[in-house]
Amino acid sequence: MRDGPILEVDGVDAHYGDLQALWGVSLRVDQGEVVALIGPNGAGKTTLLRAVAGLHHPSAGDIKLRGQRVETFPAHRIVTAGVVLVPEGRRLFGGMTVLENLEMGAFSHRARAERFETLRSALEIFPVLAERASQRAATLSGGQQQMLAVGRALMGLPELLLLDEPSLGLAPLVVENIFGVLREINERGVAVLLVEQNARMALELATRAYVLEQGRVVLHGSATELLEDERVQEAYLGYRGVAGVHL
Amino acid sequence: MNLEPVPQLLVFGVFVGALYGVAAVGLALVFGVMRVLNVAHGELLMIGGYASFWLFTLWRVDPFVSLLATAPILFVMGLALNGGLFSHVVRLDEETKIKNSLLIGFGLALILQNLAIQLWTADERSVTAAYSGLGLQLFGIVFPYTRLGGLAAALLGIFALHVFLQRTYVGKSIRATAEDWEAAELAGVSVRSVYLITFALGSALAGVAGTLVSVGFTIAPSIGLTWTIKALVVVVLAGLGNVFGVFAAGVLLGVAEALSVLAIGPAYREVVGLALFLVVLLLRPQGLFGAR
Repeated sequence: MRDGPILEVDGVDAHYGDLQALWGVSLRVDQGEVVALIGPNGAGKTTLLRAVAGLHHPSAGDIKLRGQRVETFPAHRIVTAGVVLVPEGRRLFGGMTVLENLEMGAFSHRARAERFETLRSALEIFPVLAERASQRAATLSGGQQQMLAVGRALMGLPELLLLDEPSLGLAPLVVENIFGVLREINERGVAVLLVEQNARMALELATRAYVLEQGRVVLHGSATELLEDERVQEAYLGYRGVAGVHL
Repeated sequence: MNLEPVPQLLVFGVFVGALYGVAAVGLALVFGVMRVLNVAHGELLMIGGYASFWLFTLWRVDPFVSLLATAPILFVMGLALNGGLFSHVVRLDEETKIKNSLLIGFGLALILQNLAIQLWTADERSVTAAYSGLGLQLFGIVFPYTRLGGLAAALLGIFALHVFLQRTYVGKSIRATAEDWEAAELAGVSVRSVYLITFALGSALAGVAGTLVSVGFTIAPSIGLTWTIKALVVVVLAGLGNVFGVFAAGVLLGVAEALSVLAIGPAYREVVGLALFLVVLLLRPQGLFGAR
């Protein structure tokens, strides 16, 4: 099963009541790839991730995991199918310990059988979580919480990891650290679909990228192409040709 | 004021309070996890009481032994009620969910109450075991066996619930769902199943409480609302998130009521709980033992 897409999103519409958030969005993530999804606030990036994760069912179009249609699945069955979302704002179980949070990540039957081995490798990636194992998750620092959120997702044995703004609210050094970890996770064979405010870092990590604006995919291509693209540079990378001043 | 009866009142307060605790912990569990206030909780307790009464009357099953039957009976009833009624409201948005679950709860309470009148008449009933009326006497204080048994069973039930929630995988998934159901789904937890188990567990706890009420207290089809209100007061006193906190708040209410009999007379016994309820809501809305 080495080749072929893990995730295919085809012509997906999504609504919040009468408001349409996604308009015919299509994208693809292949085995072992890192795909970035960039765009302004309110473009529908989070909605798209939530649709894939089974938290927001699309009103039209289909979502396939390894060729199987899953757009009507509840979220926990998407987890069993090997796709795990690290939601925006981390959403840890703050009153539970670090270890319990990790345990919860392996709740699906597929992951539960192997949870002790998975735990070992997760703690290898995040040694700080081992030190804090019996601490309540709410008492961790922001960066540690993000690591726990990623660690909890890894406990579900994902083939595809969906990340929603992993750098949000974190210090630059911590962000570097998180991105290093994402690269490492990807090198272990996990595909990544990354929504990120920090477009430069996202494009440097990604192989391919999509630009979402007002609920539509307006641009896609290889990450290097997009890094060179003038529109992308102007809108998302902070290049601004204001009055001849080049940064 | 004559302070002589204080120790005896305290002891009885603790006994009654332990019952309040058990009655409340089921309500708190369902509310904390599903955000559904089951106003028919007291009626489930009433059914548990009748189950115990009939087991004793028909087959002479000791009420403490019958816990092994009444809890499972109410558990199964909880499964059915959740599947048939409450599972349809939990996914609605917050406001509609509150309204609809209250309507369902009140409707269910009326149906169960009238069903009980039809089936078992409106008479007050009570289990009178061979050891009812007997007790230990220590330092001039009476400890009736039925009440001691009730306290022991209550503590055992609370402790078992605590261990279940803290130590088992399913228990942890219930706590996770209570904190953030979406995050629980994303971890691979079927929140639907968690709600089902939680409601059934809450009902089973009502069954336990009802069984304990049937020994040494009275049951009748109409007792439901009184117990729902008691349980609600205790839950507000305690705040959510801690099984032992709910139990402690139950004991606190029991003791406060008992002492009020001496201080302001038995006529105002029921007022004490409601006054405490208001004071806590005003001064510490998160409850005495609640987080945040």
